[in-house]
Amino acid sequence: MTHSPDIAAPAPEAIEEASFLRDTLRAFRKNRMAMVGLVFVTVLVLAAAFAPWISPHDPYRVALDEQLLPSSTTYWLGTDNFGRDVLTRILYGARVSLVVGIVPSLISLSIGTVLGILSGYLGGKTDFAIMRLADMMIAFPSLLLAMVVMYTLGANLLNIFLALALVGWASVARVVRSQTLALREKEFIEAARANGTKRGVIMFRHIFPNVIPTLIVLFSLSIPEAIMWESSLSFLGVGVQPPGASWGLLVAKGKEYMFQAPAVAIAPGIAILLTVLAFNFIGDGLRDALDPSMKD
Amino acid sequence: MLMFALRRILVSIPVLIGITLILFIMLNVVPGDPVALMMKEHASAEVIARVRAQMHLDDPMITRYFSFLWNAVQGDLGNSIKLNRPVTDLILKAFPNTLMLAVCAALVSWIIGIPAGILSAVRRDSLLDRFFMGFSLLGVSMPIFWSALLLQYVFAMKLKLLPVSGFYGWKYMILPAIVLGWSSAGVIARLTRSSLLEVMRHDYIRTARAKGLRETGVISRHALKNALIPVVTIMAIQVASLLSGAVITEAIFSIPGVGRITVNAISSRDMPLLQGAVLFATALVILGNLVADILYAVLDPRIREQMKKAS
Repeated sequence: MTHSPDIAAPAPEAIEEASFLRDTLRAFRKNRMAMVGLVFVTVLVLAAAFAPWISPHDPYRVALDEQLLPSSTTYWLGTDNFGRDVLTRILYGARVSLVVGIVPSLISLSIGTVLGILSGYLGGKTDFAIMRLADMMIAFPSLLLAMVVMYTLGANLLNIFLALALVGWASVARVVRSQTLALREKEFIEAARANGTKRGVIMFRHIFPNVIPTLIVLFSLSIPEAIMWESSLSFLGVGVQPPGASWGLLVAKGKEYMFQAPAVAIAPGIAILLTVLAFNFIGDGLRDALDPSMKD
Repeated sequence: MLMFALRRILVSIPVLIGITLILFIMLNVVPGDPVALMMKEHASAEVIARVRAQMHLDDPMITRYFSFLWNAVQGDLGNSIKLNRPVTDLILKAFPNTLMLAVCAALVSWIIGIPAGILSAVRRDSLLDRFFMGFSLLGVSMPIFWSALLLQYVFAMKLKLLPVSGFYGWKYMILPAIVLGWSSAGVIARLTRSSLLEVMRHDYIRTARAKGLRETGVISRHALKNALIPVVTIMAIQVASLLSGAVITEAIFSIPGVGRITVNAISSRDMPLLQGAVLFATALVILGNLVADILYAVLDPRIREQMKKAS
């Protein structure tokens, strides 16, 4: 029995993909700040997921005889004006921030990718219509646009997703469009066209995979942005509503007690700062690893 | 050049009209009766019906949009429901405060950002460069509301050097301007650095060095002029981020500006006021982009030549 060589050896493109992935991972691992960011985010995700098992306190239990206590061995960061443990509230707030960082980014990325590829590949009227719509969305100051959506739909978590997705898709579409324009002129796309491949197949089987590295970078950099916008909305009172625990809301409520217990407002702010920094480090690391030309 | 500017202005008009449409649709699909929602349980059915008629809420959506657009073109943005005064008056009265905050903040961001960017580029990969770039990342990653609280706590509550909040003179402007400017200083520093690094690669810089010019001369007389062009245009685009930031800064420091009007309009469910304030802010952003594009062409002869060829 003869062995057919292509059973044993992987297809050439598989080798190339594997080495691209390996190169990327190696470049990413060499970036010390990116690795620090990754470790921080991993710990945060675990802490948020297992919050009820980590913290002995109930984030919603009101204890009026234990208001605004300083930090102690029972309450590491003290208690807030309702006698709730500040660290536990921050831990539960991490759930909101992480979900708000990821879900709207995924939505805006999906919308932006589809519209960007359509716009770049089809050109003409489709391109004109999509890009003018994107121009308009980008002209709105992001926070005001999100506030208008929250005003109209009401303040809750689902609407925060919608508001932030609406704010984010346009800039994704612009980047994806310009990449599609460049890819459209490449030989392999021309070859596919000459083969009689359908437009839809070209767009989503040939062009889309080549945009993925950019999408990964955009995704990792839009997470900190979304976390920042959510905390700002919640701080202004149009985001997560009490008694929910969002970091922005915790700062807003804590600021009334800056004199007696500054930790109540300052600690959740540090949580936002560190998380946003960590995601920015990861994003920078991914960008440098995936596409060195985007550096500087 | 004039043709280019004119064409750019003409292109902005449909964008602005599109924005009024998007905004109008977003604010008018509110589930439930906006008047009843705003007045809560205090109003009788009669009063609600009268206010609805006053606001033409019973007309078809299309009619309402076109009358809103027509009035807006004439500078009439309707009446605030809560304050019962023309929205345009309220905004124009608040705008100078927001403008002053934004200008001071922009100055702060340039004074910190440009020198930091230049030093980082000149001493590339040095400790100084890493320090400034780390600092700028910190500026971008800090929520404005939180850095505002920190500064309030340290400089107003603890050291008692500056007032906590309010708006009664230049002393009240210092903390808000630093908070808002600090957040965009990082962006300016990064841009200045990368733009200067890019320019330093050019041949004419090598020529200047070969001529025997000192490094400071090379940078100040030859490199900076070109490196600062993108920075100048970014300043005009900064309008959008400064306006978003002003909403939060004004809320914390109780500055009676357009940002605070917006937040108040939301909490009192004052739709015409919210609509007017957001439209005004967005028009400013479009104006900022327009200025940026034109400035770019004015400052960079290469772009100018391209424009000439294109038109």
